[in-house]
Amino acid sequence: MSNPLPVSGGRFVRLAETARPALNIVIDGAQATALEGDTLLVALLTHGRHLRTSEFGDGTRAGFCLMGACQDCWVWDDAGHRLRACSTAVTEGMAVCTTPPALFK
Amino acid sequence: MTPPRIVVVGGGPAGVRAAQALVEAGVRPIVIDEGRRDGGQIYRRQPEGFTRSHATLYGSEAAKAQALHRSFDALREHIDYRSETLAWNVTTGQLHTAHTPSGETAALGFDALIVCAGATDRLMPVPGWHHAGCYSLGAAQIALKAQACAIGSRVVFMGSGPLLYLVAAQYVKAGARVDAVLDTSPAVPTLGALRGLLKRPRLLLRGLALKASLRLAGVTLLNAVEPVRIDGSPDGGVSGLVVRDARGAEHAFACDAVGMGWHLRAETQLADLARCEFTFEPLSRQWLPRIDACGRSSTAGVYLAGDGARILGADGAEAAGRLAALAALHDLNHARGQALFASEQTRLQRTLATMNDFREGLAQAFPWPHAHAAALPDDAVVCRCEAVTAGELRRSVLEFGSQEVNRAKAFSRVGMGRCQGRYCGHAAAEIVAAAASIPVEQIGRLRGQAPVKPLLMSAQQND
Repeated sequence: MSNPLPVSGGRFVRLAETARPALNIVIDGAQATALEGDTLLVALLTHGRHLRTSEFGDGTRAGFCLMGACQDCWVWDDAGHRLRACSTAVTEGMAVCTTPPALFK
Repeated sequence: MTPPRIVVVGGGPAGVRAAQALVEAGVRPIVIDEGRRDGGQIYRRQPEGFTRSHATLYGSEAAKAQALHRSFDALREHIDYRSETLAWNVTTGQLHTAHTPSGETAALGFDALIVCAGATDRLMPVPGWHHAGCYSLGAAQIALKAQACAIGSRVVFMGSGPLLYLVAAQYVKAGARVDAVLDTSPAVPTLGALRGLLKRPRLLLRGLALKASLRLAGVTLLNAVEPVRIDGSPDGGVSGLVVRDARGAEHAFACDAVGMGWHLRAETQLADLARCEFTFEPLSRQWLPRIDACGRSSTAGVYLAGDGARILGADGAEAAGRLAALAALHDLNHARGQALFASEQTRLQRTLATMNDFREGLAQAFPWPHAHAAALPDDAVVCRCEAVTAGELRRSVLEFGSQEVNRAKAFSRVGMGRCQGRYCGHAAAEIVAAAASIPVEQIGRLRGQAPVKPLLMSAQQND
């Protein structure tokens, strides 16, 4: 597969290291492409503008510290397990959800 | 004699050098690292498959980063290295850990515990900082260093401290668009600050060179600014930022990302759970665990080193980590450790004294603008986790009589959210102190709570 072009509409901008192999992931049911070595946070924010919506009604969130300290970047896998996007590496076929499992809605 | 059981927490400069000293003395320590790879935050290693050189990643510090990584690689077989593992509690003689991906937990008995937990950015709330696209300075650097990304297509950096100019310059060099660097500190440091900064003239010059390179690249540099607000919308995130200069004029910048931070704060929760005594340091306005010149805490068998004890930076952390490990061996009557301790103690302490003078210079040159934090408008979100405002926090003082931060936390929930007060705690203390009209050192300190970070409900108890 050729190198993917930067995705428009993403928040993060890739500046280098774009020759890595591509991986397929699923974000909220939609197919998307990430690069091997991406964190989940980067994979999500190169496609979109946010990771989740604050449960306290103050809008969307896109992470804050990127070092596993603030817990702002929680997303969920297809089994409903919580993932800290900044410290989770993407893997081929990974499916993630930016809204919490129905139980907690 | 059974070998001493020593656990090191942290895989950054302090942790790696502590582990190395232990291995040199013939001890095999357990090293607990939250990261996927060693290096800590400052010398964070990019994932396998990335190809940028050490020089590209670490600039003037490339040789030191490479030396630390090589030392770790050589140690790898001589230590019990547990990566992606959170040290979440300390009880008497035991450290409790959880492996993040699997949820497996362990209770590790120790004769000595060397905590090298590092630091995070110190943040000050700014109205609008909860919008998507606002990040800590450290986050901005990690995006670049570990993922080769910029946090946005038009970035403004704001805050104070050496990291402010370093990250901005790294962004410019990597090809990101940086519109402005906005510093709350004055352009010219006081004489007192200079006295400390001149203890490490090479670093001082490097700082000046960074500023010059930014100016040359056309980046707007402003000093002595007061943050006014970060503009944005709940859906779209950050769209701009406004500051006020020393003459009272407002400056607005359009941007889609803000990186901000006010130097660093120590990660002291494990020291707190180990019942180490803390003292308030007026210079940095932070509560810090009490340590002696070798890194011994007030709790027997617990040693503290690196930025988690004092923000000395990476070079200081390397020396402090080694010294704390040797002091631990000395205290355990370990013969080879005692010999190493005797021969190196004076030299390492001298290094640390220089680093500490420089630290004090930095703290004076880039002060935490505490008066600004105390005066945040009522509608400003202080707690990003749960969207609690400065006004709600003040009400906990004025209506419920909270004259102590832990009480104010109970009433307002500021400090109780996901980050457990890491990013709001310092400002919250200033707000509570100002509202109660008592000095910040007299309103107490947010106590660390186990688990020091959220654990998954599925975490397996294997101990």
